[in-house]
Amino acid sequence: MLESYIKTRRKEKRILLMTHIVLGYPTFEDSAALIDTMVNAGVDLMELQIPFSEPIADGPVILHANQKSLATGTRIKECMSFARTIARSFDIPFLFMSYYNILFTYGLDQFAAKMADYGLKGAIVPDLPPEEGKDYLIAMNKYRLAPIYIFSPTTPENRMTYLHSVAKGFIYCVARKGVTGEETTFSNELRDYLERCRRATDLPLAVGFGVKNKADIDFLIDKADIAVIGSETIRILDEEGVDAVGDFIKGLR
Amino acid sequence: MNNRGYYDRFGGAFIPEILVATFDELVTSFTEAKNDPGFWQSYQDILASYSCRPTPLTYAENLTRYCGGARVYIKREDLNHTGAHKVNNVMGQGLLVKRMGKTRVIAETGAGQHGVATATMAAKFGFTCTIYMGEVDVQRQRPNVFWMERLGAEVIPVRDGTRILKDAINEAFRDWVRNMDTTHYVLGTACGPHPFPEMVSYFQSIIGKEARDQILKIEGKLPRRVYACVGGGSNALGIFSGFMDDAVELVGVEAGGKGLETGRHASRLCSTDGSVGVAQGYKTYFLQDDDGQMKETHSVAAGLDYVGVSPILAHLKETGRVRFESATDREVIDALSLTIQKEGLIPALESAHAFVQALKEAPALSPTDAIIINQSGRGDKDIFTVADAFKDPKWQEFIKKKAEEYHA
Ligand SMILES: Cc1ncc(COP(=O)(O)O)c(C=O)c1O
Repeated sequence: MLESYIKTRRKEKRILLMTHIVLGYPTFEDSAALIDTMVNAGVDLMELQIPFSEPIADGPVILHANQKSLATGTRIKECMSFARTIARSFDIPFLFMSYYNILFTYGLDQFAAKMADYGLKGAIVPDLPPEEGKDYLIAMNKYRLAPIYIFSPTTPENRMTYLHSVAKGFIYCVARKGVTGEETTFSNELRDYLERCRRATDLPLAVGFGVKNKADIDFLIDKADIAVIGSETIRILDEEGVDAVGDFIKGLR
Repeated sequence: MNNRGYYDRFGGAFIPEILVATFDELVTSFTEAKNDPGFWQSYQDILASYSCRPTPLTYAENLTRYCGGARVYIKREDLNHTGAHKVNNVMGQGLLVKRMGKTRVIAETGAGQHGVATATMAAKFGFTCTIYMGEVDVQRQRPNVFWMERLGAEVIPVRDGTRILKDAINEAFRDWVRNMDTTHYVLGTACGPHPFPEMVSYFQSIIGKEARDQILKIEGKLPRRVYACVGGGSNALGIFSGFMDDAVELVGVEAGGKGLETGRHASRLCSTDGSVGVAQGYKTYFLQDDDGQMKETHSVAAGLDYVGVSPILAHLKETGRVRFESATDREVIDALSLTIQKEGLIPALESAHAFVQALKEAPALSPTDAIIINQSGRGDKDIFTVADAFKDPKWQEFIKKKAEEYHA
């Protein structure tokens, strides 16, 4: 189970790292090289984003990666078979991240069945609040997959409790308002917010949106279980290539 | 949020967690306003004093004679201040913004009519304003960009995706999730997550209320059919709502672009290319591929060039209450030309879609029947597109001269 993996791993490490890549960006070979590099650099879990044409919760860096991947002709089928190979080749948990239309169009039960069959552990679907996701939750639970839910700084306590009641694996805490890939101030305000999150759930906490250097990660130690690095690795990949991504990740802990 | 805005299987609120609290606030504010006995009156008053409401219902005598069938009436939304029905929704949402105590508004725009209306409302109410507009639309609707900027709005061209209306909506959402404390997103059509479809239709229902009273006064009976163009669906739902419970046939006209068979169109409901999906926060018919990726759409009318359609209309299509047709770019230019010559009216390219279908059907109806066409907007904004379509030599000469002046 994802939750127990995280909790066990946390006994060895003060904080875990989760990275995010967009499948087929810039190519599937690059995606494979990137995953290999990230796993060897010590990443503990990974989000594989299936690109979507309307990624409304993503900022410019990930948005462009989505568009460029689709422009090269990326199809869901390829993303699925790629994920299958990857999940079999590496010994860390992989999650799918995508928008609801991708799952809806594929068929929720079929999507979850494939995920389970291929060895993926869970999914993050940022435009699917649990109220709209009854069928999704049924499918995820049926195949013992973790539906990951998101807390945001605007989420009131009673809603955190509600989200906790349907979530599995961990809670993804968005560090601030806005989309992916923007500046976050790692401040007392963030600390207070994470304390609120901690009180609302005993699931591990992942913190994402704007994590981009060792200082950010150090700040999160003892406040969260997982630091999520999303846009920053894509930026480094674009500017300096795959090897630089490996060095960057090794320098984070 | 308990009622999530479903119309049978369409609608909903597929929103990122970060916006949940903002939508809850909006639903509360809208519900309170609706239940406030003075609210609708204050809405009507501001549209009366600021935007020429009620807009007239014009009998199109020459088109009627030309068609030789039903008596043709035109609901004149083009006579609104800013030139389209968009202002109805915008002033309504502006009143809500005041109630919520917010100070900034953002909007997407395709044709630019909704952008101009929002910028106008912001100027009047003292809000700051940012408008997102696809780069393609910035090019084809330049006069509206000019006016938005004069009105004090910041116009941000959107260079992502297909660079038209849907991409502008995505960018507006990205702005909103950063700034929701101060900012309201004035969505311009009856699409998007709940409560937008319901709320925008509520404000636009003023068109149908007036049109029903007017036709009863003039004709002494209800019309046979009512025609409206369908982009997101707000002007159509606005006028249809007045006749929903009557024995009146309602006809929505989508953008047929280069022709349905070419695939280059924006007909989500009347072509066989649409399928049910979820994007931009709601469930409806979209023009998408079999992976669920949205497709590029095409229309001569920027305001109809959109991949999705109101969930309320998707529902009314399935129940059969509304019939959907399409009009091609070519037919639209012809109908526009005819309407200008016969009636001295200049419909927007969007509105001209409704004219196409009405003028096709009018001859087969009886002279004792009346039909209403919703002229959702005026065509001034389309001067560049229409001049190109007519290959107007004097206009081209003028533009060349003007360009030379700027070079000097
Ligand atoms: C004049 C006019 N009519 C119609 C539309 C289409 O929108 P809707 O379907 O919401 O009425 C627009 C949109 O920009 C418009 O400007």
